[in-house]
Amino acid sequence: MSENRKLQMNSASGVSRRTTLKGLGAAAGLIAAPGFVRYGQAQSSEPIRIGFQCHRTGIGAAYGRWYERTTTAAAKRINDAGGINGRPLEIVIEDDGTDPKRGAEVVEKFANQHKVDLVYGTLFSHVVVGSAPAAGELKIPYYVVSEGYHVASGKLNRYCVQPGITDVKAQARSMAPWIADNLGKKVTLVYPDYAFGHDHRDFFTPAIEAQGGQVVAKVPIPPTETSFTRYFPQIPSETEVIYHVMVGPAVLTFVKEMGEFFGNSGPKLFGFIDSLEAVDIKSPGLEFLEGSHFWEGMPRYAQPDQADYVTAYREAVGIDENGASTQDAKDVSTAAHMFGCWETLNIIKAAMEACDYKGTDDRAAMIEATEAMTDMEAGADHPQGKKRFNGKTHQVFGEQSISQVVDGKLKVVHRTSIEDGAYEPEADYTAMSF
Amino acid sequence: MAFGPYFLLASLEGLVTAAVLSLMALGLSLVFGVMRVVNVAHGEFYMLGAVLAWWFSTLVGGHPAVGFLLALVLSPLVVAAIAFVAERLVLSRLKYEPEATIVATIGLLYIVQQLALTFYGPEARPVEAPFNYRISLPWFGYSAYKLAVIGFSILMMIATWFVLTRTKIGLVMRATQFDRETAQAFGIPVGRVYAGVFALGAGLAAVAAVLIVPIQQAHYLMGHDPLLLSFIVVIIGGLGSLRGTVVAAVLIGLSDGIISMFFSPTLAKMLATLAVAMVLVFRPQGLFGTVAR
Amino acid sequence: MPGRAEGGVTRAMANRIKLTPSAKSLALHAGVVLLLLALNFLLPEYHRGVFARVLVLAVFAMGYNLAFGYTGLLSLGHAMFFAAGLYGAGLTVYHLEWSVWPAFAAGLAAGTGLALVVGFLALRTTGVAFMIVTLMFAQVFYLTTLYFTTYTRGEEGLVLPQSSRVLAFPGGALNLSDPSTRYLVALTLFTLVLTVILFLVRAPFGRSLVAIRENDERMRMLGYNVFANKLASVVLSGLFCAASGAAYAVLFGYVGSGFAAIQYSILPLLWVLVGGAATTLGPLIGTLFMFYVIDTASSYTTAHLLVVGLVLIGVILFFPKGIAGTVRGRWLPWLP
Repeated sequence: MSENRKLQMNSASGVSRRTTLKGLGAAAGLIAAPGFVRYGQAQSSEPIRIGFQCHRTGIGAAYGRWYERTTTAAAKRINDAGGINGRPLEIVIEDDGTDPKRGAEVVEKFANQHKVDLVYGTLFSHVVVGSAPAAGELKIPYYVVSEGYHVASGKLNRYCVQPGITDVKAQARSMAPWIADNLGKKVTLVYPDYAFGHDHRDFFTPAIEAQGGQVVAKVPIPPTETSFTRYFPQIPSETEVIYHVMVGPAVLTFVKEMGEFFGNSGPKLFGFIDSLEAVDIKSPGLEFLEGSHFWEGMPRYAQPDQADYVTAYREAVGIDENGASTQDAKDVSTAAHMFGCWETLNIIKAAMEACDYKGTDDRAAMIEATEAMTDMEAGADHPQGKKRFNGKTHQVFGEQSISQVVDGKLKVVHRTSIEDGAYEPEADYTAMSF
Repeated sequence: MAFGPYFLLASLEGLVTAAVLSLMALGLSLVFGVMRVVNVAHGEFYMLGAVLAWWFSTLVGGHPAVGFLLALVLSPLVVAAIAFVAERLVLSRLKYEPEATIVATIGLLYIVQQLALTFYGPEARPVEAPFNYRISLPWFGYSAYKLAVIGFSILMMIATWFVLTRTKIGLVMRATQFDRETAQAFGIPVGRVYAGVFALGAGLAAVAAVLIVPIQQAHYLMGHDPLLLSFIVVIIGGLGSLRGTVVAAVLIGLSDGIISMFFSPTLAKMLATLAVAMVLVFRPQGLFGTVAR
Repeated sequence: MPGRAEGGVTRAMANRIKLTPSAKSLALHAGVVLLLLALNFLLPEYHRGVFARVLVLAVFAMGYNLAFGYTGLLSLGHAMFFAAGLYGAGLTVYHLEWSVWPAFAAGLAAGTGLALVVGFLALRTTGVAFMIVTLMFAQVFYLTTLYFTTYTRGEEGLVLPQSSRVLAFPGGALNLSDPSTRYLVALTLFTLVLTVILFLVRAPFGRSLVAIRENDERMRMLGYNVFANKLASVVLSGLFCAASGAAYAVLFGYVGSGFAAIQYSILPLLWVLVGGAATTLGPLIGTLFMFYVIDTASSYTTAHLLVVGLVLIGVILFFPKGIAGTVRGRWLPWLP
């Protein structure tokens, strides 16, 4: 332990490790002044500070609230177990308003004013992309929990990583085999007419074609829209499956109007739970969803066969068996995404320990340590399931859940493999300079 | 789907949009017309109406219609009271200076939004419709409640028209709108009229919100798009023209619905917006407006 | 809107109208620019970054002020001019790999061209109708950026690689992602636009704009081409806003459709009103003030929008003509 302390003092003073180590040993032996020792202790317990870019206001607020709760729970667990390299973890929160401009400002604030070790926790893709240039210029690691394809596309920079949640490309691809086998081969896509929706369209289409299926129509919906019924006639009658993914406050309307329009006679429905995150499946108007299927990153409802570490995770985060807050049953969580915060913090811990992180000088080493990661086993650190990280694309791959609405609850009916979603790397960040 | 049924559906959808929009725009038109105030917070009164509707409907159990009716009565009253207080505390002290009131209502927008976020939360929550009946047409299903919204909205419009043109309150309001100084000289308490108009405008927005909330849902950012649309409706219809407001709302609702039959949704939205803008470019006073004095 | 007529105009009329800024006001503006220059070396790192951003956005606000403050054209669509500059510069850098100079010029051209077309159509209307027409055109522009998501990546936007954000000169090159360089480039743009506006509002063109704002009928009877003057004002305003947008793209490296949304039409209006409409320094004051109100409030409370709202109402109760406008009205009538 005392060795440890000395090492940490070094990095703080900025003098080369070896010389100070010698000097320190001598100093400690010769003048064991109480003040000096206290200084050493203060250094050793100096917290590792993580800037959490949180969607407290704006369109992402429902997610932000749960990302914050998950982060707090994960940080508490890490601290209870002795922190990172013996140092406690401190989370510094700034609201980005779910806005890309403010996001960049917040990254600057974290780096230059709060002087945190790294920035973490962003969900909405436009905030990630808007903040990425600032992170690259300030050379501060930026661990996002966003499920966007931005990191893996190679268009960001070496400081941006997404190790705790899979990206939309892998998610959309891994759904195709199961949909083709179980629901149907003629698919109509309904998606928001911007990047997130286009990603679903562009990645799902070839995947379903590879299964012998076919996209028979595409219905892109402008994000300013608040009612949807008028677009449903564009769904051809030959459609066997409607693949829908909508985000924003109007999503509930969308699902509801779809039910009114088709009744029980329509095509099968397959949706991304993004539409209904933080929304009670038993809400009035959603009855018709009974029997339809959803993608879930991690199951919202407690499953009968879930592992002990999943139960422990759910308890720590504070969600009941219905995936709502244990404090307020009406406060439904964003369970399919927020596990990413938990896992990312554990990966940050692992990376910092692997590179023996001392301070901001080790930021590049920390990124390299993250890039060196590969397989991560399911367990208390990775309750969603096992993962495989690709150091080149800075993107993690993992298993996905497909759940069916049964009695107003989501029941997992299938779990995809890592291979279902994996794709060849399209970028190599390790070839870029820091 | 064949052209006929598709057209029917697009028109029905357009009419529902128009019904809600015209109520909300009517409120804005009153504030805009009588007080000459650009009320940026009008969308937030709409949101507040929806959020309160959710709250009232959860207070009572039993048949959903009970909660809904309670919300329909109380929610607009509460919103109107809040607007009344805001008018007395802030707008009146700014002497209705057009530019200062823009800033003040933006401030109000932030305050209402934050309060909704803090006390109601960031989630979207639906209110159960007073009745749940799906009309099964041969080609598609349609919500009977949506048709009821159109009907109720027409009733509200007629009531407002009656108040404006056939009662003393309406006379006082119109007099104030026509010439503020003269109205004051004739002993009309202009300040109180303004506060009343502001409250009435907010109340109408809240009624629109209560009607829409079983179709859509309450969300703290929901006021944004309807605000823009109702501004557009008010100006296209012609400032101060009740008839114009209704016609413009129907025009916008229908054009939105029908143009979307022929183009991809976003392109349709662009074309519809452009078309409506062109109406104003070539008829700057609006459809039923008179040339500005 | 009577009562906003500048005290300076009447007095200047009394002793023959001067067509250039007074020595006092020149000294004040030079002082402000010098202070901003000094701040590059004095400010802590974070605040220097903030100021660089604010200077760029203040140019947006100054452009808006020209149309709204001086000419009396209440537009709710200026986001489209900012975004035209942003995309004009951003897309050419990203897809065509243009260097910064031509890309910046493309941004200016896009914004100016758009302002010409929009101005030509929208200026057929006046007052609130103008407000709504510009709002709708801006909405169409916003939807266009989404419609072409294939090229723009819509709301998610594009990152301009650091390597492309280099300003080449005959004698060398400036790296625009360096904080100090970025600050100085932003300040240069700001100073340029501030100077143009300072001289413009004293020149015959600027005075005719103010006169049109006060009474366009009279100007028409005096033989002025009101439409042409207004159009020139909108085009120039669009040019400044586009300059701000193009600068934002190359300085901060991000381009996204959020900048074309209605919020970015309301923000410059808010900045100008808080700072003081038809004042040369008001836009900077308003932009800076709003940034720090949000930044400070959000460090102390999670309910920061509430604080921002209360501050806005408080400010407008005590400074009904905006900060600089009220200072001018009460204490410094010579303030331009």
